[in-house]
Amino acid sequence: MTLTITKIAEDLAAGRCSSRELVDDALARIRAHASLNAFITVDEDAARRDAEAADRARHAGGAGALTGVPIAHKDIFCTMGVKTTCGSRMLADFVPPYDATVVRKMKAAGCVMVGKTNMDEFAMGSSNETSYFGPVRNPWDRDRVPGGSSGGSAAAVAARLVPAATGTDTGGSIRQPAALCGITGLKPSYGRVSRYGLIAFASSLDQAGPMAQTAEDCAHLLAAMAGFDEHDATALDVPVPDYVAGLGRDLKGLRIGVVAGHFAQGVEPLVAEAVREALREYERAGAVLVDVTLPNSAHAVPCYYVLAPAEASSNLARYDGVRYGFRAPEYQDLEDMYKKTRSQGFGPEVKRRIMMGTYALSAGYYDAYYVKALRLRRLIADDFARAFEHCDVIAGPVSPSTAFALGAKNTDPVSMYLNDIFTIPVNLAGLPAISLPAGFAGGLPVGLQLIGRYLDEARLLNVAHRFQQVTDWHTRVPAGF
Amino acid sequence: MNAEEIEKVAHLARLGLGAAEREGYARELSRILDLVSQMNAAATEGVEPMTHPDAAGLRLRDDVVGPEIDRDRLLAGAPLTRDGLYLVPRVIE
Repeated sequence: MTLTITKIAEDLAAGRCSSRELVDDALARIRAHASLNAFITVDEDAARRDAEAADRARHAGGAGALTGVPIAHKDIFCTMGVKTTCGSRMLADFVPPYDATVVRKMKAAGCVMVGKTNMDEFAMGSSNETSYFGPVRNPWDRDRVPGGSSGGSAAAVAARLVPAATGTDTGGSIRQPAALCGITGLKPSYGRVSRYGLIAFASSLDQAGPMAQTAEDCAHLLAAMAGFDEHDATALDVPVPDYVAGLGRDLKGLRIGVVAGHFAQGVEPLVAEAVREALREYERAGAVLVDVTLPNSAHAVPCYYVLAPAEASSNLARYDGVRYGFRAPEYQDLEDMYKKTRSQGFGPEVKRRIMMGTYALSAGYYDAYYVKALRLRRLIADDFARAFEHCDVIAGPVSPSTAFALGAKNTDPVSMYLNDIFTIPVNLAGLPAISLPAGFAGGLPVGLQLIGRYLDEARLLNVAHRFQQVTDWHTRVPAGF
Repeated sequence: MNAEEIEKVAHLARLGLGAAEREGYARELSRILDLVSQMNAAATEGVEPMTHPDAAGLRLRDDVVGPEIDRDRLLAGAPLTRDGLYLVPRVIE
């Protein structure tokens, strides 16, 4: 399964392979590499059935661009009739009665789902170690984390178990695991992709997006995912450009904003060097580098760790053991049932964030924490707007380090949080950003982040695609896969 | 944060914590609050709070009944039901 979906779609269209063969291959690879723990649920029979249906549709002349292409969904997307756990004991047996809009749209585009990928519990984590179903291992080094929270999706694509997977990104959860696993991942603008059926973490920050080998594949996938949805009050009713058609534009005169501080303290020297080399590649392609500043982004992590937990504490109030999900086996009365259910159903990181959010929203602290963070959020967003007066995209590292060792950071929440220092400002501002492979440091992948103007995904995909035309980092496969 | 504050917040969040957990959260949340307090270095007087990306806006729809999910399917996911109702411990003695 080393083929990109662009190539797979060509092969399917030319009759060189069937969806059933592709799905069988994916299922065999998922089984052979089960020790990565990239998947929580795999329904082999359903996947084969759907593949055969896709093959029949193709023979009948009803094939779309992605008909028969195997994909995986992060286990945060509700899938009708298929267990959706969100990486939590709370939803370990939850079978949704409906499909998320992303799932529905990708089905309509012809994608065949082979399984649901592992993730940090309720998408809260940067290492995939908070999953109730155990950590995912990084295919480049099994003793290291794949990143998080979409760690299962990233590992599955990096190990070529599936050609593509969906992810979600609240503070970096698509881009950071994409970087740490050496794949391409796009976080679209807030509102570009429907959040309906995406289990909510922080509703003003959450956004779904594609994870694949290449920007070109992400263009195909975003085309299938994006668009207005009446079920999501924040889904934008704006035209969706033809992302694939826009890939070919050259980069002459492209202005790339660079923030000097993104190469300074805290960034591993080899990571900084790989990103600098990527920038030189862009200069060779005719782009010009422009210095920009994002002064308030220095406060983005503190701001995020008020807002995201505040929204989470409200969103996760619904898990009460009454309507769906886990209920504690023994309890005295209603309140005791709530408390025991939530204490036993949630893991330590989720409880930590619920506590933090509840505190920040409680009487006496609301203005000092929550409102303060909302004001800061605007300053952070305004900085981006000013920077984009002088440049077309902003480039820098995705993460200050390469994949770290399992267990290295999970005893200190704050050091884990600081891992997302370059990705979090983008969610606060609601902007699109893409993570793409830009080299290696000590044998581990390094990610380049490109941040775009609001709704400018087409340009990001184009700029990333052109880089992948002249580099081969995205084609590297970890040993043994 | 001390254990007493932790207990108050835990109650608001309807989380039951053991003594060891309370101690752990007191330590960790204090560290997180140290991180969060770095926000105070930014001057934000007079800045309009931003609850979500501006351009996204918020849309209202007509207040009409839309497609419904079958009642039995919804109840099938509940931990305890009887006669089409969710069952919880008695709240009125």
